[in-house]
Amino acid sequence: MRVPILKQRDYLIASIQSALSDEDLLQLRDDLAQQVGKFRSRAAIVDVTVLDVMDSFAVRTLRAISHMIRLRGAKTVIVGIQPEVAFAMVQLGLTLGDVATALDLEEGLAYLDKKTKAAAPHGK
Amino acid sequence: MASEGEPRPTSRGEAVVRIASAADIVIARQRGRELAAGLGFSRSDQTVIATAISELARNILEYATVGDIVLAEAQRGARAGLVIVARDRGPGIADIGQALQDGYSTGRGLGIGLPGVRRLMDEFDIASEVGKGTRVTGRKWLP
Repeated sequence: MRVPILKQRDYLIASIQSALSDEDLLQLRDDLAQQVGKFRSRAAIVDVTVLDVMDSFAVRTLRAISHMIRLRGAKTVIVGIQPEVAFAMVQLGLTLGDVATALDLEEGLAYLDKKTKAAAPHGK
Repeated sequence: MASEGEPRPTSRGEAVVRIASAADIVIARQRGRELAAGLGFSRSDQTVIATAISELARNILEYATVGDIVLAEAQRGARAGLVIVARDRGPGIADIGQALQDGYSTGRGLGIGLPGVRRLMDEFDIASEVGKGTRVTGRKWLP
């Protein structure tokens, strides 16, 4: 199932609705990298609240999404990693590296508001 | 209209999920989570089990292209739990010790597969013969 991407202000919000196949994840990666340019977005939020498993492929793809979006000049924050999922990721030895994370959508938006304002040359 | 990936119940109460495409990985781990939930595993353990299944199924696809994930209730004395068997007729593993080292991989993976799965399970065993295939068995016991 293709992940819907909403545009809100300068941000893209990808809200994952169900378990994703590998193809769905790769599609999300490509969609976000493309739409960040189309809408001239300054950041993307990927909401993974409903994901009940994040295995090596999912983690690798989320890292790729973050890196690609950074190369496109925008920021990424992953929100909603569930405590059980975090536990399994740590056990498995999976890390998101320098990818930004936040507790939930609200925290993710707050984080980006702070980040993108600080980064703007003519901010305020 | 059962697809290739649909679990097939067998006489011993096992579920066999054929792994032949990426979509089958999702089916296998969802089936594993359901089974774990039915056996009384906590949400945290259900997630651990589903994640282990996902990695094992991924290994099958990557190295052997096709294989099975077998899920069943485990019983030993007073202990109850769940057993996951990942079996394939792929190329096999020449050096199992090496395959279990963190950071070692001959495929495109990140080398976290088998050692990672071992950390997720209570018991872990690999039998493999080059040219014949591989059988990975993992058990998780109820606390």
